[in-house]
Amino acid sequence: MNLPDAEALISEMADIIRPHLTADSVLVGMHTGGVWAAERLHPLLDPAMPHGSLDISFYRDDFGQRGLHDHIRPTHLPFEVEGRDILLVDDVLYTGRSVRAAMNALFDYGRPNRIRLAVLIDRLGDRQLPIAADYAGVGVHVPQGKHIHLVREEHGGLQLRLVDVA
Amino acid sequence: MSENPQLNADGSLRHLLTIDGLPSSLLTRILDTAEGFVAVNDQEVRKVPLLRGKAIFNLFFEPSTRTRTTFEIAAKRLSADVINLNISASSQSKGETLLDTVDNLSAMQADMFVVRHAQSGAAHMIARHVAPHIHVINAGDGRHAHPTQGLLDMFTIRRYKGEFHNLCVAIVGDVLHSRVARSQIHALTTLGVPEVRVIAPRTLLPVGISQMGVQVFHDLAQGLKGVDVVIILRLQNERMRGARLPSPQEYFRYYGLTPQKLAHAKPDAIVMHPGPMNRGIEIDSAVADGQQSVILPQVTYGIAVRMAVMSMLAGN
Repeated sequence: MNLPDAEALISEMADIIRPHLTADSVLVGMHTGGVWAAERLHPLLDPAMPHGSLDISFYRDDFGQRGLHDHIRPTHLPFEVEGRDILLVDDVLYTGRSVRAAMNALFDYGRPNRIRLAVLIDRLGDRQLPIAADYAGVGVHVPQGKHIHLVREEHGGLQLRLVDVA
Repeated sequence: MSENPQLNADGSLRHLLTIDGLPSSLLTRILDTAEGFVAVNDQEVRKVPLLRGKAIFNLFFEPSTRTRTTFEIAAKRLSADVINLNISASSQSKGETLLDTVDNLSAMQADMFVVRHAQSGAAHMIARHVAPHIHVINAGDGRHAHPTQGLLDMFTIRRYKGEFHNLCVAIVGDVLHSRVARSQIHALTTLGVPEVRVIAPRTLLPVGISQMGVQVFHDLAQGLKGVDVVIILRLQNERMRGARLPSPQEYFRYYGLTPQKLAHAKPDAIVMHPGPMNRGIEIDSAVADGQQSVILPQVTYGIAVRMAVMSMLAGN
């Protein structure tokens, strides 16, 4: 299947999101694809807007099945979460479980005024929780047994990639 | 390597009993995971839900304040239920055996035991005995090992010095009675520290210490020359049997870390101590409270490191 160009998607999304930003807006990328996407969005939206990164490993609902994930990165939110309008960024929305975990994590930092979700790919079908994106670059059907995610190449360029589920 | 009782068949950690025999990659993964837990300190709610509904028993057959408290805080920040038992005061005095105690607590649906015992090998014995779903952490056994202390020391070193492969680390004092020193030496050599020194009088060094891959010094000033990290051990008064030392005052004269002695180390050297400190015996207050001391950060990092170990075990 043909995958869209990630960099082009990000700049289209920035144009759509920009009018909705407020004085309280902050940008939070979810590790790891969401952090890369948020880093690209940040200068396009507002270089002065506070931004941070979130690791959801401690809030995942599959700890009982598969234990602690490898490669945990420290969460870094260098601003008060209380009262903020959070733009939460991930590369792909699929089952909705990561976003559930991210919201739980954010609420342990404070009570945000609003959380909006921006994703490059809205993977259609098999949503398992009542969660939807406020901004989605593109909606796609991905065949079962496949997994779509963002990768960062050596020179720093972002690309969407389809891989077999291990 | 499936002979290692700490590891599952797939190489993941089932118990943490000793650092000896654990691969460098696993130690590094524990330290990396602990970095994630340091960030939990910044949360308004300093808790994560990982171990919700799990019961962790702190079995302390030997007194401890710092270690027991930081294990308790770590477990509570992971949302586990924590039960503290100071056993010397209860069933052991009624004659119940160690394994009977463990069986009874297992029947209360324990998921993890954190064990401190005066007898070397106590945690190993419990680990061999318990059902497959139960995890055991050694919180200090006799003179043998204190792996979470060793790991939190490595975490502290990495935080201040960045990496291990270019460091010179000196461990000063009562190595003979010290489970902490053994765990530190195993961790430092496994993580690739090229130069590990021990500095102590002959009477406080175990036989065969140089086979652990360390250089032995008996003169403090000489041993501290050019080191990046100085780890002071506590003079274990309660473990002293017989006259290994003339007097604490004389020990301080030769082996106490004063600002003058510390000046032999690199100017940016850090000073560590596992606590509790005997001020004026192994360390001068001017050093303990000085610019180069990272003794209190060690305590804080101990929480994150214990959270990392507990959550990794519980998930394996």
